[in-house]
Amino acid sequence: MLPCTGRIDESLLLKAFENGADGVMVVGCLEGDCHYVSGNIRARARVKRVYEILDKIKIGPDRIRMFNLSAGEGSKFAAYANEFVGKIRELGPSPINLARGGQVHAASQKETT
Amino acid sequence: MITGTPKPIEEILEMLEPYDNIILAGCHGCVTVCRVGGEKEVQVLASTLRLAREAAGRKIAITEISLERQCDPEYVEKLRPYVSDHQAVLSIACGAGIQFLAEKYAITPVLPGINTGFLGVTERQGEWAERCQGCGDCVLHLTGGICPVTRCAKSLFHGPCGGSSQGICEVGKDVKCGWQLIIDRLKALNQLENYGKLKPYKGWHTSRDGGPRRILREDMI
Repeated sequence: MLPCTGRIDESLLLKAFENGADGVMVVGCLEGDCHYVSGNIRARARVKRVYEILDKIKIGPDRIRMFNLSAGEGSKFAAYANEFVGKIRELGPSPINLARGGQVHAASQKETT
Repeated sequence: MITGTPKPIEEILEMLEPYDNIILAGCHGCVTVCRVGGEKEVQVLASTLRLAREAAGRKIAITEISLERQCDPEYVEKLRPYVSDHQAVLSIACGAGIQFLAEKYAITPVLPGINTGFLGVTERQGEWAERCQGCGDCVLHLTGGICPVTRCAKSLFHGPCGGSSQGICEVGKDVKCGWQLIIDRLKALNQLENYGKLKPYKGWHTSRDGGPRRILREDMI
């Protein structure tokens, strides 16, 4: 977990897929509400670049998405997380995980805690 | 700086088709500044290639290295301990750096990961523009600091051609007429007399006409 989406760069996001993530959900502060002025705007641009990379290399662009929320919107966060996880389950394991022989991947598991 | 743009990932993947174990070499020089070949770009490209290859069912091992510069022998040497353990080097330095690597490592293929652009400036973040063609005989003192070789699409030396209209070059609506820029600047500097000092012809012997150029500074050898 990162304290600010402004720290995110493309290599971190791609690393998550290399490490076996089926999807990556980036949650930043509301646009215009960044403590560091433009951290979340920069993050959005970087997420967009990774979206384009995933599309080109046929991993699937929909496996990454950015959401903007305030710290007080807990129920909205839960709704977004459920929506995103649902979408990833629908897409199934990433081609990386399929190539690795269907190893356990996050979206195929039920949350137990 | 020397600018460049990334090669399409499909083209790089095709180049790497014969190889399963490569070095991806970045450069901390110009290509870092124009965000195409530095350490960060090495990380992103390496991840992208590993993902693409693994998804296609054939893994590739990539050693990520960034050199201080790929155009200086002492830095290029730093790659030597690694090269023989790899099948190829993918360089995302400029064309000069890529060629220098290829010269130094004669039996290992060195492949280009970027397309080298031009000698230019950063006009704003994410936008670079050409300013110099390295003709070897600078006349900027006579042209108000604006290069006729680079900024005029025809590299004219005697003023604007008939394709200049309202300060725009016939080459494209976003291309300013280099000579209009020069005249405007000379007027602003009150140096319009410099226009008459320019030779109507340009000797290209200091440019590319004699083939690849070399600078020999005997005082430094």
